[in-house]
Amino acid sequence: MRARVGEALLPPIVALLVALVVGDILILSVGQSPADVWALLLRGTWGNAYGFGQVLYKTTTLTCTGLCVAIGLRAGLFNIGGEGQLAAGGFAAALAGLALPAGTPLGIALPACIAAALAAGAVTGWVPGILRARFGAHEVITTIMFNFIILALLNWAISTTLRVPETLHTRAVHAGAIAPLGDVLPAFHGSAANWSLVLSLAAAAAMWWYLFRTRAGYDLRAVGLQPDAAESGGIAVGRVWVRALTLSGALAGLGGVNFVLGYKHYYEDGFATGAGFLGIAVALVGRNTPAGIVLASIFFATLSQGGLAINALVPKTMVDVLQGAVIIAVAASVPEVRRVMRRRARSAAT
Amino acid sequence: MILAFLSQTIRIAIPYLFAAAGGTVAERSGVISLTLEGFLLTGAFGAALGSYYGHSAWIGVACGLAAGLVFGVIHGIATIRYRADQVVSGIAINLLAIGVTRYFLHLAFGSSSNSPRVAGFTTVVKGEGLIAGLLHDPLIPLGLVAIPAVAWAMYRTPFGLRIRAVGEHPTAARTIGIRVARVRYIAVAVSGMLAGLGGAYLALDQHQFTDNMSAGRGYIALAAMIFGNWDPMRGGLACLLFAAAEAAQINLQGTHGIPSQFVQMIPYVLTIIALAGVVGKSTPPAALGRAE
Repeated sequence: MRARVGEALLPPIVALLVALVVGDILILSVGQSPADVWALLLRGTWGNAYGFGQVLYKTTTLTCTGLCVAIGLRAGLFNIGGEGQLAAGGFAAALAGLALPAGTPLGIALPACIAAALAAGAVTGWVPGILRARFGAHEVITTIMFNFIILALLNWAISTTLRVPETLHTRAVHAGAIAPLGDVLPAFHGSAANWSLVLSLAAAAAMWWYLFRTRAGYDLRAVGLQPDAAESGGIAVGRVWVRALTLSGALAGLGGVNFVLGYKHYYEDGFATGAGFLGIAVALVGRNTPAGIVLASIFFATLSQGGLAINALVPKTMVDVLQGAVIIAVAASVPEVRRVMRRRARSAAT
Repeated sequence: MILAFLSQTIRIAIPYLFAAAGGTVAERSGVISLTLEGFLLTGAFGAALGSYYGHSAWIGVACGLAAGLVFGVIHGIATIRYRADQVVSGIAINLLAIGVTRYFLHLAFGSSSNSPRVAGFTTVVKGEGLIAGLLHDPLIPLGLVAIPAVAWAMYRTPFGLRIRAVGEHPTAARTIGIRVARVRYIAVAVSGMLAGLGGAYLALDQHQFTDNMSAGRGYIALAAMIFGNWDPMRGGLACLLFAAAEAAQINLQGTHGIPSQFVQMIPYVLTIIALAGVVGKSTPPAALGRAE
């Protein structure tokens, strides 16, 4: 039991320590005081309602892409296609919102737009799923390649027909906009935080229920742990793979709702840049558990927003360095420490 | 006209050839090469930095090589010594490369978009043959030689045999006395250096570093390597094929109606088709992605 708690706490502790140490080095290298910079970072993120609202906005997208990566990994598959699936979801939500006539009641428009986002994400996850299950094409490669294909297609659609002239975004949606949190909680006024946050938390809860309380989720985890054993236990492994990647894509697609329906009210080329890949970091630090993913999203969202807060003292790109360093350090330390802990547990037992 | 097209194709292909050559070495030893994009980017930045402060394109080349090597070694330590997941580490290397180059671009040159003009190799002199013009930049012939050199090393030298053994069956390799970790370290370091040279070509050719200037070329090289079924020569041909498609698109721009986005997709679509085995299935090294 103690070992399990240790394993769960290890990634966030490593992430924090590495961010602090590497951050200190970078801060000192430009001749600033680490204490001042970290204090500024905290003030600019958690210290005021606007900054915290921005953190919540970024948390929303990262939770979706983190869940996307995690459900794939639970089935033993690595979906790196979050970037394209997120963009596809946002694009579909915008198309649905543009297609609906203005004045469509929210009770109809919102579910329709969200369903469009989920469906677009699901389709873009289903294709690599089929390619893996039927043709044995490795999902790591195909999902990377599909990122480029999807983004090129969307770029083509936007730049040729759908854009407002002189921009790379669509017109504002007629229906299906999600209200900002600032409407109800005035403190958040002006920040991008919106009720999509609730959607992403609901998605996390739904994923927990699916993985740990349903038979299909049990099958999915069994395939992830031991595909051969699952196969001999009567589970159709290929079908589970397809289902996992379809769900994975849908979760990333849902993230597109946050930007398109909740913030800008239009689709803009390139809005998903980086959020898909950061989902890998979120799933890694959150150890593929829904609750861990929400917490890890808050951590990475804070870092990302914090960069803007400290820009006066240290270049904001410091946080890009920290993100990369944190991922490598967590990925490298987790298997190592787990081995040491298991060895110690074994020698204690004998 | 044909010569101009050929020369343009080769210029576009050089970074792909370097990166694909490096990627093939690493992947045949069993280490996944999602890192090529990051190696290209750091190589380009290192080259710009070296050329700027050293006032010489050759110092730039050396620094580009060294920058790729450093990132290769980081990837090697994470995945070989500490057995980090190779895909995760690869993505992290690419994110780290973007972060590090942006951060130091800001510190060194106070810019978030590009470096000042740096020394490069001489550009084409008017009136000379187009093919002779390619020789003005020594990285171009070097890039063309990289692929056959890797092919030779891989199939005709004892060390190449070791790399392939380690990538197919590390346990068997170890029983006959091959030090698996060491072979993989060298392979990843070589891949970093080769891709770093590809990045150096990018920066020196344009006489400056611009933010994110690798612009997905590492992934195209990865696609070429897979499309070439992890064989260096076939991967090199795929690089030339993808580059020719780009050159054709540039020449046809505005006249014939193939949108550039569809040309950009060609490498990825072909690679997915090859992986799915519709025509001649691509099969990765057996131990790719697995720790020792």
